[in-house]
Amino acid sequence: MERNLTHVALFAALIAGLGLIPKFTLAFGVPITAQTLGVMLAGTVLGAKRGALACLLFIALVALGLPLLAGGRGGLGVFASPTVGFLVGWPVAAFVTGFIVERWRGNLALVSSIASVIGGILVLYVFGVIGMSVTLGKTLPEAVLLVTAFIPGDVIKAVLAGLITSALARSRPASVLSRG
Amino acid sequence: MISLTSPVETWAHRLPAGVKLAALSLATIGLFALQDPWELALAFAAVVALVLTGGSKFAAGAARSLRILLPFLALIALWHGVTGQVAEGIAVALRLLAALTLANFVTMTTRLTDMVAVASWLLAPFRRFGLSTRALELSVALVVRFTPSIARKGGLLTEAWRARSARRAGWQVVMPLAALAIDDAEHVAEALRARGGLEPPDTTG
Repeated sequence: MERNLTHVALFAALIAGLGLIPKFTLAFGVPITAQTLGVMLAGTVLGAKRGALACLLFIALVALGLPLLAGGRGGLGVFASPTVGFLVGWPVAAFVTGFIVERWRGNLALVSSIASVIGGILVLYVFGVIGMSVTLGKTLPEAVLLVTAFIPGDVIKAVLAGLITSALARSRPASVLSRG
Repeated sequence: MISLTSPVETWAHRLPAGVKLAALSLATIGLFALQDPWELALAFAAVVALVLTGGSKFAAGAARSLRILLPFLALIALWHGVTGQVAEGIAVALRLLAALTLANFVTMTTRLTDMVAVASWLLAPFRRFGLSTRALELSVALVVRFTPSIARKGGLLTEAWRARSARRAGWQVVMPLAALAIDDAEHVAEALRARGGLEPPDTTG
């Protein structure tokens, strides 16, 4: 019980910490923050339930007014901005990612990467696109068009999430709770 | 950790947080129901007037937090400029500006402790179904305590990378950072167990 709680809390803190390390920019100029990488890792490392709880805790703290998002953003304004869906979808994204890693007992790096693509991109973008379409007054296909530029960066993050998860499984074997 | 509450005291700081949050919810629903650019312009003007009652320093802070909308406003201008639906574009932009400004206004005028009080009031009904708010309070405290600590460790890892490589550190520091977070989680879990764990002290008897 204590272990579950501290892992959930420390992963929420890790997601926040990842927003503070400098952004890295992809070759073709799309800036990506490491925070969604943290969401994918919450799923692949902690598993479905704990991963979702870590993201939920993080979002709750953002809503309360802590500047935990990349660039020191936070507060209720985030929930009125066009990217609201990409934040609100985090718990579900982490849940789906973790669920796949828990059930599909294949090569951890490969399974984690695929799970991150499905949870951290496919599922997350459904939320993100709906949010954009509502706030910007666009139809769903139009909103999809607006976010396609970010998909390559997120695919790279999903592959990294897989590599990092398998590296963690080697260096801290007991820590990958999704395979516990 | 610094919260986003404005250090400039305004009259709105003294309003109950629950009232502000309820009003914000209603106003946001209202903003998304409006379609006419003139009505939305009026709504935005009202929000701006509201922010200006806090003084110029407060208003400048509120304006700064709108910067994240710039790429989206540029996008709306481009999109509606090309398609020719200018009135619709103006309506969308005004709605975004008004909704975001109003939400930021509530965050800027409400202390973290007041927000937490509203959150725990909202969660009170769940306590009856066995939700332990003690676990929740503890995890909130842990995140607030460990975020600066993890950020500092991330900074140290980045520096260590820079000392050894000509290239900039990027994703390579994420794995050791995650490992450090996991170590912290194990240590804190042990410390909690050693101090009696999560089970609440028996106060019923």
